[in-house]
Amino acid sequence: MNSRLLRLTNAAVIVGFLALPALVQAQISEYQEKQWLDTPAATSHIGNLTGNAHAATEPYRRYCTVCHGELGDGNGESAYWFDTPLFFKPRDFTTAVFKCRSTPTGTLPTDEDIYDSIGRGLDRSNMPPWNTFSAQMRADLVAWIKHYSPRWQTEKPGEPIVIPPEPEVTAERIKAGQDVFNRVQCWKCHGVEGRGNGPSASTLQDDQGRPILPYNFAEGGRFKCGTSDADLYKIFMTGLDGTPMPSFSDNIKPEEAWDLVFFLRTLQPFHTKAKELAKGLNLKPINPNAPPPSQ
Amino acid sequence: MRMWAQSHLCQKQRMFSLLAAAFALAFLIIGTSQSASAIPAFARKYGLRCSACHESWPMLNFFGQKFKDNGYQLMNDRDAPIWQNPGYWPVTFRIIPIWHRVSTAQVATDQSATGEQKITQSGFDLSGLDFHTGGTLDKNISFYVLPSSDATASFHFETVMARLDNIGGSSWFNIKLGKFELDNLLSEKRILTLTGNGGVYQLYHFIPQGDGNIWGQMGDNQLGLEWLGHSANDRTRVSAALLSSNDGQVGLPYGAESYSGFFTASQAFDFGKLGVSRFGAYAMVGEAPTIWLTSGGVGIPGSGTGNKGFSREGFVGQIYFGEHADVTVVTQHGEDSAWFGQGYGDFVDNPVAGTNFLNGYGVTSLPAGSRNPTWNGVLVEPHYVISPQAIILARWETIRMSQQSTPGTASNLGNISTYTVGARFNPFMTPRAGFAYHAEYNWLHQDGTGVVPGTNINTSELLAGFDFDF
Repeated sequence: MNSRLLRLTNAAVIVGFLALPALVQAQISEYQEKQWLDTPAATSHIGNLTGNAHAATEPYRRYCTVCHGELGDGNGESAYWFDTPLFFKPRDFTTAVFKCRSTPTGTLPTDEDIYDSIGRGLDRSNMPPWNTFSAQMRADLVAWIKHYSPRWQTEKPGEPIVIPPEPEVTAERIKAGQDVFNRVQCWKCHGVEGRGNGPSASTLQDDQGRPILPYNFAEGGRFKCGTSDADLYKIFMTGLDGTPMPSFSDNIKPEEAWDLVFFLRTLQPFHTKAKELAKGLNLKPINPNAPPPSQ
Repeated sequence: MRMWAQSHLCQKQRMFSLLAAAFALAFLIIGTSQSASAIPAFARKYGLRCSACHESWPMLNFFGQKFKDNGYQLMNDRDAPIWQNPGYWPVTFRIIPIWHRVSTAQVATDQSATGEQKITQSGFDLSGLDFHTGGTLDKNISFYVLPSSDATASFHFETVMARLDNIGGSSWFNIKLGKFELDNLLSEKRILTLTGNGGVYQLYHFIPQGDGNIWGQMGDNQLGLEWLGHSANDRTRVSAALLSSNDGQVGLPYGAESYSGFFTASQAFDFGKLGVSRFGAYAMVGEAPTIWLTSGGVGIPGSGTGNKGFSREGFVGQIYFGEHADVTVVTQHGEDSAWFGQGYGDFVDNPVAGTNFLNGYGVTSLPAGSRNPTWNGVLVEPHYVISPQAIILARWETIRMSQQSTPGTASNLGNISTYTVGARFNPFMTPRAGFAYHAEYNWLHQDGTGVVPGTNINTSELLAGFDFDF
């Protein structure tokens, strides 16, 4: 064997040796996922619907793979091109970490939470509202999503938080809400006028280390996880897992949470009762540097 | 012996080489196959595969229909161009190189004793070039411009329109103005077939024999103003369009004041594991001229008066049987004024005596017994979607005259039956470009319209090609 051929052979062996672990890793991962397809976790239950992961094979490939990837790891062929922070990167289903939940922070979402996210879409991302799907297809896709992470094999979804009935909005409640906004320092990210320009805004990163922007209330866009007052309540009481938006359930009492909801509504450019009441109050943006009120 | 061995060895080597080449080709095809296609301008913008919006490109699925109904917006608050990379330009080209074999019976010839002969031709060919550009100008303001050529690169504007969507924040108020495809629930512009007769819906262009009405072709893009309303999830859709009765021709060439309207309403229902199916109805009603001023015997464009009526109405069902099978059914009942039925109509384009079109100037009455021509038709198009990358399709269309304009005319004169079968396979589907291997066969039969009176026309076409856009 001449020396050139020998060098080539050696190089091929080294490259092969280095590539092998990556290849094995990918095969194991895919193999595991295939095993999980046949477990009870790869089903979903939404109302009277039962979703089956196997039934979602083609729909996932048709609609979802391009962003979320064949392996559900958020590395579809288009994922690379979504520029953060203007567009969010696709969700990595293998971590089973979801922004929009009715369950406490750190827990798995309910099947309904994922089902609702598929139908609602996620604003300011490339996840559109897939509300043209049949309910059954959405339920099947929920089941499919659950087969990607080992967490669904061992953990149960969290218990949905209890949202007390929405009280009547009053001027006092709006003022109290502003106090909560100040106390728990929402302004640090969202800004004193809710414009998403707080002092920490430019430093925020998601759990993958990618830049992320806080919500700008003044733009009036839809919230990521719904549009209703109850959805807004849920967002800051459960937090948006995977983002810097924490759960405030330990810092805000349920009745205070409604006050905050009413105040946050005054920051949006809509004609609402809260906004009208706020005008009467002549509310000024908070001043974080002001000395605490004297006792 | 040695020579035989060498020869045998060579044969074996050749076989191995061929096998190796076949494997390499198969490997290349499989290896480059990802998953399936859209107007790549939109796919590029949103990073979605064509299959997200198209059952098989270019036919829309329900999500694609919603995207279109929302003014080419995903409604993700990032639809306006201000959010796009400044280098993004929403342009797509589509052209189709093909081979086809066309066989036409009853072609008039001087060399045949009967005056007609069957002619069969085959060869490589091109479609025209479509130059799609469309998308949002701002949030809820969008446009679509489609310069389209024939195979010799002679261009016309197939579509030119701007639209305002979600006016007042309501999905029920959307307006488009310009030249556009009518809101046909089964879109001819997104047809999956390419042959001369199979590449259009006969139902959308039917004109009875001798009839002078060219304005009722609901498959042609028309000039006008359309209002569209739809529910947030697009399950409920209604639309109404006011159109110039000029079959989409620019320059106000026909009637002085002739308009038509196109109306649709549909509702989609969730049938559980079968999927979402849609049912609807449409109607096109209008008036168009029959009387023309002339100069030197030639019709003066825009001078048409003496409007007479026409109508087309029917039902549409898009029925899904799970992920893989679906069928679309379109019915039509059509009626033209007896004036059209007797040949009065487009005298501007055909002012020569002996054509179907007559000038009604000075004509006060029609031949005794003249009646409104009426007909009924149905179109059935089943699909089998093997995967997001492959589809098998078929179509059967039939149109039957129910009343001829002139009493005593053969009751079946002009009846059409046509069958089409085809398959499309997308070897890849990325958000960048679309490509399909396409194969198709069409056969069309029309009663009584052969060059020899009383004989029928039969044509068939076999086509294979590469349908791509980029």
